[in-house]
Amino acid sequence: MIKRFGQLGHTTLELLAGLGRALIILLSAITHMPNIRKGYPLFVKQVYSVGVLSLIIIIVSGLFIGMVLALQGHGVLIDYGAEASLGPMVALSLLRELGPVVTALLFAGRAGSALTAEIGLMKATEQLSSMEMMAVDPLRRVIAPRFWAGLFCMPLLAAIFSMVGIFGSHLVGVVWLGVDQGTFWSVMQGDVDFADIVNGTIKAVSFAFVVTWIAVFKGYDCVPTSEGISRATTSSVVQASLVVLGLDFILTAIMFT
Amino acid sequence: MSDTLVEIKNLTFNREERCIYNGISLNIPKGKVTAIMGPSGIGKTTLLRLIGGQLKPASGDILFAGQNIPELSRSALYEIRKRISMLFQSGALFTDMSVFDNVAFPIREHTKLPENIIEKMVMMKLEVVGLRGARHLKPSELSGGMARRAALARAIALDPELILYDEPFAGQDPISMGVIVRLIKDLNDALGLTSVVVSHDVHEVMSIADYIYIVAEQKIIGQGTPDEIRAQQSPLVRQFIKGEHDGPVPFHFPAKDFKDDLLGGKL
Repeated sequence: MIKRFGQLGHTTLELLAGLGRALIILLSAITHMPNIRKGYPLFVKQVYSVGVLSLIIIIVSGLFIGMVLALQGHGVLIDYGAEASLGPMVALSLLRELGPVVTALLFAGRAGSALTAEIGLMKATEQLSSMEMMAVDPLRRVIAPRFWAGLFCMPLLAAIFSMVGIFGSHLVGVVWLGVDQGTFWSVMQGDVDFADIVNGTIKAVSFAFVVTWIAVFKGYDCVPTSEGISRATTSSVVQASLVVLGLDFILTAIMFT
Repeated sequence: MSDTLVEIKNLTFNREERCIYNGISLNIPKGKVTAIMGPSGIGKTTLLRLIGGQLKPASGDILFAGQNIPELSRSALYEIRKRISMLFQSGALFTDMSVFDNVAFPIREHTKLPENIIEKMVMMKLEVVGLRGARHLKPSELSGGMARRAALARAIALDPELILYDEPFAGQDPISMGVIVRLIKDLNDALGLTSVVVSHDVHEVMSIADYIYIVAEQKIIGQGTPDEIRAQQSPLVRQFIKGEHDGPVPFHFPAKDFKDDLLGGKL
């Protein structure tokens, strides 16, 4: 019994210590916003790496999810003669929920895992140590540009996802299933508020923050062995996905109830 | 002015439950090559990391030019590190940069020199290590010896006062080893550096070191010039120098009796 309490205490302490380390990394990343002379080229390089290279998966996923939404939605709405509401249904689903959430999950899998593995491997090959010994802070040089790039790119990717999704639903709903084009767009325009776009953006920024934070922390804090990097990469994706889903529920409860 | 650049006093360092160093003291004289030798796994690299401030000792002082490294603030430590370089065992080159950019890295980070000056500085450093022609290659395209030399060029990029060499000869073929041995000695003499070489390659270290410390069993078991070390009668030192497989430094990792292990059931 005492041993179990001891283990519980040990686990709790480890958890708190981990949280402390994560907060230190976050603070350091936030306070080292890329500057024009040195930070900007690093930031741009990371924007390419985590943002531009994620475009394909985001566009393809957005297109198919939009098309599936239109197919499923049309099947239900037509029974009630409400196929005119297909546009707003798809747009609201994407802007409020699917855009930010699915983008965050894909981003965690595509860019988050790459960030964790890259930073972990830099640690295992002593690149971070050598940087420290050259009096260059790896938190400023390695972590901060990646964090800011993730924070910048993911909301843009979520916006692209929603746009492409709406385009996909238009292809299926209007071009294929014959919903009136004018009705599709005008009802959508009437039913989607500016607040929906703002709320979706707030969600996307929040998810970008946690996904990128978890990714860089897991890489920086990993055990510098092949097994350690593999564990860190897996847990980066799993934890980021779970936190995104949990946070989505909380934000939805706050925004839409 | 003191002739000692680094002074370690009563240093104790533990890794989790295990004691690595138990109250060791040693001095690194200015302008000399000091070697720290000892069997694998006794914490030679740890000692370099302690000098570089990457690890904190449980007790004791590590004075670099009179400043106690474990007590320095983060910013003061980073200032001190501009005067220290470390050559890592793996080279630790940045894999996403060319050899040129690796060597230019510390110069770009710590100076505001124009790119044409940086280019000339880098070329000079690469010329010293014989890799001027390999400046466009990526670290993955270099052999082990070339990577070590490229890392050495990076280590001397800002003309540090102290260079810490972590196992510079490990895994090198005889030619690369000879090249690195010569480079360490030449750089030390030509640039007036102070060098600390951590290694267990007895022959190579003996050929370039001005002073040698042999570390084992959490303490310094022998010290002196290479000739003094060769003349020492301590069984521990003799075993290490001659490379005998068993002796005071045991071949076997501590374990219970072999017979008990075989007959006692559960391992």
